[in-house]
Amino acid sequence: MAKYLLIESRDPYEWNDVSYFYDLAHGLAREGHDVTLFLVQNGVLPARKSPRSGRLADLAQGGVKIAADDFSLRERGIAVEALAPGVRPSKIDAVVDLMGEGARALWH
Amino acid sequence: MSTAKTLTFLLMDAPYESANSTTALRIIDAAIRKGYHVNVTAYEGAVAYTYGLQKPHQNPIKGTTVEQEKHPNTKDWVAALIKAAQGRGLKLDWLRCGMCEDERGLYENQIAGTRPGSPVDFYKQQVEPADNVLVIPCR
Repeated sequence: MAKYLLIESRDPYEWNDVSYFYDLAHGLAREGHDVTLFLVQNGVLPARKSPRSGRLADLAQGGVKIAADDFSLRERGIAVEALAPGVRPSKIDAVVDLMGEGARALWH
Repeated sequence: MSTAKTLTFLLMDAPYESANSTTALRIIDAAIRKGYHVNVTAYEGAVAYTYGLQKPHQNPIKGTTVEQEKHPNTKDWVAALIKAAQGRGLKLDWLRCGMCEDERGLYENQIAGTRPGSPVDFYKQQVEPADNVLVIPCR
């Protein structure tokens, strides 16, 4: 089992290819890998409960750990209480921690 | 010889154009705070992060002065990161793609503590010896 860090910086309302990155996270988790999807910048927008956040809830149920950069959330006025199920706020330090643990890191 | 791990980052966005720049610097800052050696290669427009003639500016539309505007310049942030690493006994090796800065006329007036290099230097000197690598591509 490998550890993966997938960093999503894009807004799924603007970029349709975000769904492919979610698919990658889902597929890796389904195959038994330890997957963290780290949302940053406009990538945190679907973390607020919305029609698009259902996909994140599905990923979380599928075993993907979903973290949203707390700085990006604050910049966009998204309160922790408004986060979709399965999404937790996180400091950017988590990226460093996972890289230090050897996670295979991909940025989108 | 320090036993700290080394993380390597490849940056490609020019500063002031994408939130990627801010996020990249935040990650590098976190890595240094957590005791990692850090390698950076600034590729393509990212060679402008460390261009020394950047200046903070006033905003005549809003009527603010230079001091009130507190306009951040990436050259100062990178210089502060280099100083922070040195203060912790860590290495921040900031390599600038030489061809990229030649193309952009940015090969002079780069800040101290950074150096020109090539994609081969990135791979041989920064990727191979690193414990992990993150590429932050432009769009």
